[in-house]
Amino acid sequence: MIAEAGHYALVLALALALIQSFVPVIGARLRDPALMNVARSTALAQLLFVGASFIALVTLHVNSDFSVANVYENSHSMKPLIYKITGVWGNHEGSMLLWVSILALFGGLVAAFGNNLPLSLRAHVLAVQAWIASAFYLFILITSNPFLRIANPPIEGRDLNPVLQDIGLAVHPPMLYLGYVGFSISFSFAIAALLEGRIDAAWARWVRPWTLVAWIFLTLGIAMGSYWAYYELGWGGWWFWDPVENASLMPWLAGTALLHSALVMEKRNALKVWTILLSILTFSLSLLGTFLVRSGVITSVHAFANDPTRGVFILLILCLFIGGSLSLFAGRATSLKQGGLFAPISREGALVLNNLLLTVACAVVLFGTLYPLAMEVLADFKMSVGAPFYNLSFAPLFVLLLLAVPFGPMLAWKRGDLLGVTQRLLAAGVAGLVVIAIVWAWTRGGSALAPLAIGLGVFVIAGAVTDMAERTGLFRLPFATTLHRTRGLPRSAWGTAFAHAGLGVALIGIVCETTWNSEYIATMKPNDVAQVAGYDLKLDGLLERQGPNYREMVAQFNVSRGGEALSVMTPSKRSFTTRGSSTTEAALLTRGASQLYISLGDVTADGAIAVRIYHKPFVLLIWWGPVLMAFGGMLSLSDRRLRVGAPKPARAKQRLQPAE
Amino acid sequence: MSDQTTSAPPQRRTFLMVLPLLAFIGLAVLFWFRLGSGDPSRIPSALIGHPAPQTTLPPLEGLQADNVQVPGFDPSAFKGKVSLVNVWASWCVPCHDEAPLLSELAKDKRFQLVGINYKDTPDNARRFLGRYGNPFGRVGADANGRASIEWGVYGVPETFVVGPEGTIVYKLVGPITPDNLKAVLLPQLDKALKAGS
Repeated sequence: MIAEAGHYALVLALALALIQSFVPVIGARLRDPALMNVARSTALAQLLFVGASFIALVTLHVNSDFSVANVYENSHSMKPLIYKITGVWGNHEGSMLLWVSILALFGGLVAAFGNNLPLSLRAHVLAVQAWIASAFYLFILITSNPFLRIANPPIEGRDLNPVLQDIGLAVHPPMLYLGYVGFSISFSFAIAALLEGRIDAAWARWVRPWTLVAWIFLTLGIAMGSYWAYYELGWGGWWFWDPVENASLMPWLAGTALLHSALVMEKRNALKVWTILLSILTFSLSLLGTFLVRSGVITSVHAFANDPTRGVFILLILCLFIGGSLSLFAGRATSLKQGGLFAPISREGALVLNNLLLTVACAVVLFGTLYPLAMEVLADFKMSVGAPFYNLSFAPLFVLLLLAVPFGPMLAWKRGDLLGVTQRLLAAGVAGLVVIAIVWAWTRGGSALAPLAIGLGVFVIAGAVTDMAERTGLFRLPFATTLHRTRGLPRSAWGTAFAHAGLGVALIGIVCETTWNSEYIATMKPNDVAQVAGYDLKLDGLLERQGPNYREMVAQFNVSRGGEALSVMTPSKRSFTTRGSSTTEAALLTRGASQLYISLGDVTADGAIAVRIYHKPFVLLIWWGPVLMAFGGMLSLSDRRLRVGAPKPARAKQRLQPAE
Repeated sequence: MSDQTTSAPPQRRTFLMVLPLLAFIGLAVLFWFRLGSGDPSRIPSALIGHPAPQTTLPPLEGLQADNVQVPGFDPSAFKGKVSLVNVWASWCVPCHDEAPLLSELAKDKRFQLVGINYKDTPDNARRFLGRYGNPFGRVGADANGRASIEWGVYGVPETFVVGPEGTIVYKLVGPITPDNLKAVLLPQLDKALKAGS
C-alpha cells in the first residue's frame, strides 16, 4: 500500500511539474499574473508530493518490506535503524529519488522566498526548474522505479553493501546532492535571463545566495566524502583522483568561479555573459557528474549489472539540458548588453584571474577524467590517468591561484594599486618565509618543495588576517575605533577572509600528510610492540564480537608514548554474512590535528595478524580547511540575506555607465 | 573575459559563444560511442596467452556426483582438453542468473567445465549447486580467495576459456548472458576447440 502510494505521489509530482513547465511560460508571454503565479503553487505542491514519495520509500526501508525489490536488494531486517534509513540513498533508485526530492526542495524554496523577484523572472525560473524535474521524474518512473514489487516476496533482504554501512554515508550523499542540485537554481536563473533577454546587477544579487548555499553544501559534501574514504576504505588515502571524485570536484571548481564572477556582476555590472555561461556550465558539470556515476560510461568495478537504457536516458537528458542551454546561450548571449569597464589591475581583474585559473583547473580535471574514455573510443587503448598527471597540471595552477588569493580582496574596484597591496602584504609574506625557514631547519627528509608549499599556505592565511587587520585598522587606529569598525564590517568580508584562510589550512594539511606520513606494515602477534613516529603500540590481543548483522574481529592496541599510556585503539575487521564480504574498520587516535591510524589485514595461520599503522601529521587540517571555507560561506550568506532585495542606491548611476 | 571580447568584431564574438556548444557536442558524441561498451568485461586480461596458474584447490566438501566426491581443482587436468573455468559463489547475485546457462553448456561434451568456488562456505555452495544442478566436472574451493587472485579475478562471476595446452585463451568478466554467450563465449570456445584438434 505504502509503495503504491509513494509511486502514485511521484506520478502526481510529474503531472504538477508538467503543468509548471508550460503554464508560467505562457503566462509570461501573455503578461498574465494569475498564470505566472501558478508556478508558485505547483512548485510547493510538487515539494509536498515528492516529499511524500520519499518518506514512503524511507518507511518501506524502515519496515523492511521485502516485497519491494529496492528494499529486498539493499536492506536486511537485522540492520541498525540508521542504516535502514541511509540505505534508502545507498542505491541507484533511492539516490535518484533523493536527487529529485532535493530539486523539489530548492524549487519550493524559490517559490516560498522569491517574493521579491520580478514576477516574470520567478515564473521563468520555476518553469526551467520544472523542465529539469519532469525529465528526472520520467527517468525514475521509466527506468529506475524504486517502488517495484516482487511477486514472491523473500523472507530476508540482501543487505546493503557493508562499505556503505557507515555514518559517513548518512551525511555525504545528501550534502553532495544539495550542492549539485543547488546549482540548478543558478542554472534556471541563467536560462530565465536568456529567455527574457534581460540581465542586470539585481539578477546577480538574487543568484548569489543560492549559489552560495549550493557551494557550501558541495564543499562540505566533498570534504565529508574524502574523510569517509580515509577512515572506511582502510588504507589511509583521502583523495584518489577517481572519476567519481573528479565528478564532484569539477562542479565545485566551476561553482567557486561562479561565486566570484557573480560578485563582479553584482558590484560592477560587468562579466555578464561570462557569469551566465558559468551558471550553465556549473550545473552542466553537476549533471555530467550524475551521468558519469550512474551510466557506467566510465569503467568501474561497481558497474556490473548496469542497465544500458539508463545510460541512454541520462545521455538524452544531458543533451537536452546542456545542449539546449548552450544553444540558447549561443543564440542569445550576444544580445546581452555589456557592463562596466575596469583596468587589468583591479579587484575585477583579480577576480577574472581567479576565474581563469579555476576554469582552467576545471578543464584540466575534465580532460584527465575523459582522456582515457576518448583514447578508448579513438585508439582502442586502455589507460588510466592518475595522481602524476594532476600533480603536474592541477597543482601548479593552484599554486598560482593561492599566490594571488591574498591580493584579490585587498585590491580596489575599477583601478587597483598593486604596489600598495604588495607593501601591505609584506608582513604576510615575511610570515610565510619565516615558516619556510623554520620548517626547513626542523624537519628531516621529504620533498624540498614541502616547506615552500607550507610557506605558501601560511602566506594565504596571513594574507586573510592582514586583510581583516587593514579593514579594522588593528594596531593602526585606537582600539575603540578598531572595535567599532569590526562591528561595522560586513559579514561577507569576514566570510571572504575565513574561506581564503581555509584554503591555506587545507594546503598545509595536504602537504604535511603527504610528506611526513610514516607507516608501519607488519604481521604482529599478541604482545608485539610496534613503534611509529615516537608512539609505542602494543597488541594486547584479538577477540571476536557479534554485531547486529556482522561478526567482527577486534584487535586491541595499547598506545603509549615515552612510557606514558595514552589510549586504547581497537581496529576491527567485520564480516557481513549476507553479502559474504567484509570491511576494515580503522581505529583513529587524534592528537591535536595529527592522527594515528590502524587498520587490520588478514590473520595468518600461526595466529599473527597483518596490521598497517600510519602516523599522519596534521591530517585533520585537510578537512578543517573546507569546514572553514563553508563557515566563511555561511557568514557571507547571513550577510546577504539581510540585503537581498534591498534597494541599491547606486543603481541609478549604473544606468549612466558608458555604452560600449 | 567578455570585456576583452567586446572590441572584437561581432563575428568572432559569435564564434566564441558557439564554442561551448561545439565542445559539448563533441563530448556527447564521445559518450554515445562509449555507452554500453563501458562494462569492465572489456578490460583486457594480462593473463591471456599465458599458462593458467598452477595452484591446486581442495574439493568442495561433501559435493557428490553419483555418490562419488567431485574432485577438486587441479591444473594438470587441463592437459589435452579445452576447459571452461567459472569462478562463482553462492552469495553472488549474477551467478544465480548465469547458472542455468552453465548447465546448458555442460551438455556439450567437447569441453569440460571446472568451477572455482570463491570465498564461500561449503554448505551454501552445495545448496547453490543443488538448486541449479551441478554443471562442473571439478570444483575447487577457494575459501580465502588467494587462488583467484592468481587468476586475476577481481569480482565474481568470471569465466575463463583454457586451451588444451593449459593456456588461458579468453576471459569473460561478469555473468554469462544469452547475448554474450552467443556473441563471444561460444565462438571463443569453438576457436579453442579448433586450435586443439
